[in-house]
Amino acid sequence: MLSYFSNPQRFDGLARRVIPVLGVLTLLLLAAGIWLAFFGSPPDYQQGETIRIMYVHVPAAYMAMALYLAMAIASFVYFVWRHSLADAAAEVMAPIGAVFTILALITGSLWGKPMWGTWWEWDARMTSVLVLLLVYLGYMALRSALEDAQQAARAAAVLAMAGIVNLVIVKFSVDWWSSLHQPASVIRLDGPTIHSSQLWPLGIMALAYTMLAAFLVFYRLRSRTLIQKARQLERRKLREARQSQAEPGELA
Amino acid sequence: MSEFWTMGGYAAFIWPAWGLSVLALSGLVIFALAERRAAVERLRRLEEDEA
Repeated sequence: MLSYFSNPQRFDGLARRVIPVLGVLTLLLLAAGIWLAFFGSPPDYQQGETIRIMYVHVPAAYMAMALYLAMAIASFVYFVWRHSLADAAAEVMAPIGAVFTILALITGSLWGKPMWGTWWEWDARMTSVLVLLLVYLGYMALRSALEDAQQAARAAAVLAMAGIVNLVIVKFSVDWWSSLHQPASVIRLDGPTIHSSQLWPLGIMALAYTMLAAFLVFYRLRSRTLIQKARQLERRKLREARQSQAEPGELA
Repeated sequence: MSEFWTMGGYAAFIWPAWGLSVLALSGLVIFALAERRAAVERLRRLEEDEA
């Protein structure tokens, strides 16, 4: 199935059909999620109304990690099988993941001030998420710094795979070190530990964010095909211009 | 209704968190649409020169 759609033309056909579906699902889920977050759920008995920050904080943090995992897997596929679509997917995901990471950091800070009494603490969870942002930015910088496209792709793939270590630290930081941040309450072996009135808005918002991220990745992947085609045309033109400039005698 | 906007005294934290989220996510969508439009335009011009 994956190798079937790794053909660029077939992928484009799939993406063309998937994109509008993802767009509509995003809008519907966002509408439902926002309604649940503000009207369909009660204030928390400890956090009061600030629980409503969780409905944008947790999905953003989850997408920051999920996109990184997807980017690292795509990088691995590119590195082993040299498949250019996998490399394109990784490249397209990086800035989207970085934006979700920034959102997770800022919304977390806006919750931390009233609830913990501090905007920021250099503890394991927050520091490792900041490192996640730096890895995303480093990945993007590396890609744009190296001129040879293939060299850039391979170096970036190595960086993305190495960064998995940090992703594991982000996930388990709340268990391995004593942290201000609360431990996992949704994705844990014995099931969620939060009340269903809060799990619903959280789940719907997380699903909406997932659909939005998928929409963006597919949409940008289709644009990339066009950009690559344009680059090829430009290179060909440059070659032709150079050849026509050269004197016939110089053309060896 | 004003009770809704004051958010139990936490308006200064809740609304910026949501506002920034809306801004950043719409920014991502707008960027993706603009990127596509620019790519289509760039390709169209190149193919026009070709003809």
